[in-house]
Amino acid sequence: MTAPTTDPRPEERTNRDAGNWAKPVDRLSAEGVAGAKVDSVTGKRVAGPLHGFGQLWQKTLRVPLEGSAMSPQAVIALWKEHFATFWPKGATFYAPLAGIAPGEVALLDIAPVPGSPVKLSTGIMVLYADDESFTFITPEGHALSAWITFSAHRDGDLTVAQVQALERTSDPFDELAYMLGGNRMNDRFWRDTLVNVGRAMGATDPKVITEVVCIDKRRQWRHASNVRNSATLRSVGHMLAAPVRWIARRS
Amino acid sequence: MTATVIELDQEGPAAILRIEGDITSGSEGDLMAAYGLATANGASAVILDFSKLEYMNSGGIGLLVTLLVRAQRGGSRLIATGLSEHYRQIFLLTRLDEAIEIHDDEAAAVAAATT
Repeated sequence: MTAPTTDPRPEERTNRDAGNWAKPVDRLSAEGVAGAKVDSVTGKRVAGPLHGFGQLWQKTLRVPLEGSAMSPQAVIALWKEHFATFWPKGATFYAPLAGIAPGEVALLDIAPVPGSPVKLSTGIMVLYADDESFTFITPEGHALSAWITFSAHRDGDLTVAQVQALERTSDPFDELAYMLGGNRMNDRFWRDTLVNVGRAMGATDPKVITEVVCIDKRRQWRHASNVRNSATLRSVGHMLAAPVRWIARRS
Repeated sequence: MTATVIELDQEGPAAILRIEGDITSGSEGDLMAAYGLATANGASAVILDFSKLEYMNSGGIGLLVTLLVRAQRGGSRLIATGLSEHYRQIFLLTRLDEAIEIHDDEAAAVAAATT
């Protein structure tokens, strides 16, 4: 075994990525978001793939931007600026007023199935952002404990836009829903998003390539209690209580 | 972008992976190969020495999660040392600090690895 290295001292180095990362926060705040009716993020902690329940998946979806002359940096700048507009119908992204920047929080409403009267209200925090990528981390209560990275890179003469998710469901109910079709719906969501991104970036006929790898087949039963924060159950409860609220308002 | 250089230093049940340069998703091959070599040589604890880390993006931190899962599956421990304050903050932010032991210096990491 060699002697411990002491030079240079870690504290004396400057890091090129220093401005790209969010600062640690104990609890999230969505006060920098306008337009959302429900804020189920404020007061929550970030979760991420280490703290979820279900199997761990890595999903990589990419679209070569054939017919587009945009650089990766230009793609990411436009993607950040118009992020909400690329989402498929039925989902709403309430962007932070300060834009997609490290530490900013956004809120979302997502229909669990197309046409569903129930909307899942949740959010994300921007974990990391630079000129060629940005990453979201989900908060407690989100159906997925995940990091999702949006990036662009050159592959030969083409610019490629990519979404890569490292995700596991947050609790046993979410895992069941995922197995019963949520997983496929999630894939379709990002495929449709990438097609929209491709078209907006000038690609003539955007075709999405998908790679899915199960990194960990085990379920983390120690995190089964995440169900107490479930945005899914809270949203269903909110919908079921609507008649009671209506009667209370009338009386 | 600086290339990733990973040096393996192994004695008994502890292996040290000295990481120099950048850690991004492009470092996967080098990092996994070094980890695989360490465990194939019998290491039950792998110490990641970040004292010469210059840059890490979100792809790099994702790679550490993948490595952690692989270590947990294989029954080995993952320990970090040499983290600057900046990278400690990132471990805190991503809650990796709850899953990977962090030690201030290599001597403490080696002591922890061999207990």
